[in-house]
Amino acid sequence: MHAALRQTEHELLKHRQVWRTSLASWFLTPLLFLGSLGLGIGQAIDRSGAAGTAALGGVRYLAFLAPGLLAATAMQVGAGESLWSVQGGFKWHRFFHASAATPLRPTDVFLGWMTWITIRLVLSATAFVAVAALLGAVRSPLALLAVPAAALTGLAFAAPLTAFTATCQQESTFPLIMRFGVMPLFLFSGAFFPLSQLPATLQAVAQATPLWHGVDLCRALMLGTVDLGSALIHVAVLALFIVGGLAWGTSTFTRRLAP
Amino acid sequence: MDGAAPLVHARGLTKRFGKATAVDGIDVDVAPGEAFGFLGPNGAGKSSTMRMIGCTSPPTSGTLRILGLDPAADGPRIRARLGVVPQQDTLDTELTVFENLLVYGRYFDLPRGVIRPRAAELLAFFQLAERAGERVEPLSGGMKRRLTIARALINEPQLLLLDEPTTGLDPQARHALWERLYRLKQQGTTLVLTTHYMDEAEQLCDRLVVMDGGRIAAEGSPGELIRRHVSREVLELRFADGVQDHLDLGVLAGIGDRVEALPDRLLLYADDGDAAAAAVHDRGVRPASLLARRSTLEDVFLSLTGRTLVD
Amino acid sequence: MIASLVASSALGGRRAARLFERNLLVTRHIWLVVAAGFFEPLFYLLSLGIGIGDLVGQVEVDGRLVDYRAFVAPAMLAASAMNGAVFDTTFNFYYKLRFARTYDAVVSTPLGVDDVALGETLWALARGGVYAAAFLLVMVVMGLIGSAWAVLALPAALLIGFAFAGAGLACTSFLRSWQDLDVLQLAILPMFLFSGTFAPLAAYPAGLRWVVQATPLYHGVELLRSLCTGAVGVSLAGHVLYLTTMGVVGLAVAGRRIGRVLLA
Ligand SMILES: Nc1ncnc2c1ncn2[C@@H]1O[C@H](COP(=O)(O)OP(=O)(O)OP(=O)(O)O)[C@@H](O)[C@H]1O
Ligand SMILES: [Mg+2]
Repeated sequence: MHAALRQTEHELLKHRQVWRTSLASWFLTPLLFLGSLGLGIGQAIDRSGAAGTAALGGVRYLAFLAPGLLAATAMQVGAGESLWSVQGGFKWHRFFHASAATPLRPTDVFLGWMTWITIRLVLSATAFVAVAALLGAVRSPLALLAVPAAALTGLAFAAPLTAFTATCQQESTFPLIMRFGVMPLFLFSGAFFPLSQLPATLQAVAQATPLWHGVDLCRALMLGTVDLGSALIHVAVLALFIVGGLAWGTSTFTRRLAP
Repeated sequence: MDGAAPLVHARGLTKRFGKATAVDGIDVDVAPGEAFGFLGPNGAGKSSTMRMIGCTSPPTSGTLRILGLDPAADGPRIRARLGVVPQQDTLDTELTVFENLLVYGRYFDLPRGVIRPRAAELLAFFQLAERAGERVEPLSGGMKRRLTIARALINEPQLLLLDEPTTGLDPQARHALWERLYRLKQQGTTLVLTTHYMDEAEQLCDRLVVMDGGRIAAEGSPGELIRRHVSREVLELRFADGVQDHLDLGVLAGIGDRVEALPDRLLLYADDGDAAAAAVHDRGVRPASLLARRSTLEDVFLSLTGRTLVD
Repeated sequence: MIASLVASSALGGRRAARLFERNLLVTRHIWLVVAAGFFEPLFYLLSLGIGIGDLVGQVEVDGRLVDYRAFVAPAMLAASAMNGAVFDTTFNFYYKLRFARTYDAVVSTPLGVDDVALGETLWALARGGVYAAAFLLVMVVMGLIGSAWAVLALPAALLIGFAFAGAGLACTSFLRSWQDLDVLQLAILPMFLFSGTFAPLAAYPAGLRWVVQATPLYHGVELLRSLCTGAVGVSLAGHVLYLTTMGVVGLAVAGRRIGRVLLA
């Protein structure tokens, strides 16, 4: 693990120059989304009366939206750091190869990258929760736990996707993953509206995705409506994706870096 | 139609990048059917000049006429009759090998029916036929270079500009290219090229200029340049490690025309190498090895610029 | 500059078309990715229309109540016209200009810098036009078109594409690194979210409303929403003028700046 941290440190150093842009986007993105949708659409929904609010479980739209968006954004960050950036490490900047030429093993390189993504996820989720709290979208001190919950959600995508990228010589599948995987998940996994709005079959599909588990977990934590049983199930599902991804990545990185 | 008017005509041609002067008021004329070469150390201004001739870099000042036309006013018309091989390959990495030729030919408004057979012939000649349907990215460096050269020939240009065409090519590919260029020249194509290889310059160029620091240091045919700037023969003296550093060059005074000290050897220019070798021996200097040979363009280059050709 | 650009677009239209041809050939290798571009606005429409539409019910447009779905659909069309044009002329164009250096070879042929700018604009427009046409078809099928004026929606979407393509090319010619693109992205997002796209302007505080009304996407959204819902008035001329000016100025700046990058 110590060796893996070398790789992480390398990434941290490299990103020192772009911290400011990242930092700005971590605070601005939730502010903009919550401001536009939460306040804009929220006003329309909240004004439409009891029917709308009841579907949301009796809370204002802003409070409903914030945790969903937290998890969905974590997924986007996780996926975003797992495709082109990882391929760049193999192919263009080749820093993975550079690291692999030192005593670091391919597994260390992979775990180091995952640690780096985890740091990014935790930081951006923290910024998100802070913004949500400022806008009055946080109902419970348990919201602090929504930060690790969001990080788990992001990792549930980052681990398998990073592992997958290591098997790709070409990038042609990446935009398709974003368009037909990440994007529909973002929009249909209960982040923006309750799943009950969807037809029954689509509901079942949505509930099978890791993002829905992340969304539901974050929502329960931020609204303070946690039910231990379902929370544990959510965590277990996310952990399954992460552990599976880590195991897969260990072998795909080894094959790519030390064939 | 242009008669014997020069295809490239430059007077006081200057290119500045900010404060730095890359090309410093050079005069050049290239006649139709000629093969003209630019030699010079790194940074001499060869590529800058080539890009101005290729009408992709506006001169800072001076007169430039290509094919009798003014690049500032008639860029597209001029470029339609040029073939350009830039120093760095600029292949379209989003296309296949064949598509690179097809699209480039289309830029010249050639019909597909004309491009196809030409592309097939060029790909066969440059031994890329089996890669025709593959993406450009994974090709080897030399293959990319060959494709860049093939691409420059797709419009059967009247004036062919080659900036270090053979850098990165294996000896076989180099000789094949020389042959092709020789044939093109016989068919009337005018060649302007830069190179760091003396054998290439001697093989291909009717006339060449040596550039240094943006200026022209010498001009003529390869033979003329050797006659004018260096003695007939050169004596190379190599010493055991460290000995050369302590050698007083004064001891060699009067032998031959001139002594040039390189980091790893001394060059003694003389009309008779063997006689010079004897004289060196007489003065008590004992090099580890002694070699007398005929002067080459390389020596011209060295004496004009103080630098070896291949850095 | 503008005059020379117009002249060159008449003369050089054919040369610019060659670059268009090149892009078409590239598309053949990545057709699935290109086709996928159509789904982004569709997904947004379905998510917001189905998921949120029921919760919201109806909203007010120019004093009339319309279904939230019919309210949000033209905005998605406008936003996708913007996003498509911006993506093509920033990310894609930056990649070709600075990274792959695709145009270095192009300008050594009879094609010039103006042809590059024009060709890429035409390309962005054509691609956006195909997406817009497909999206309008979906709107017709879903019964979200409330007026015959909607026949003008396609040219209006093209105009939005033109405005953002011009601006995008101009911006890209100033960019120095990939990081600058992130900053650009950060400027696009608020426009996407606040230009009356998801909620009526009235939902925002007065100060913010002024800012929104100054942004180009707002004018695009208003234009398309008027045409699709039939709330047509003289203000349309203002929107058209705004977007046209933006495209022309952007293209003129781009033509000059790109020359500096390519013809050093
Ligand atoms: N686009 C540019 N911007 C700024 N300076 C430039 C540019 N292109 C060339 N130069 C400078 O102009 C000078 C001449 O460069 P040029 O490429 O013409 O040399 P060259 O003779 O082709 O050298 P080489 O043998 O290395 O190819 C160099 O000092 C170089 O740094
Ligand atoms: Mg050069």
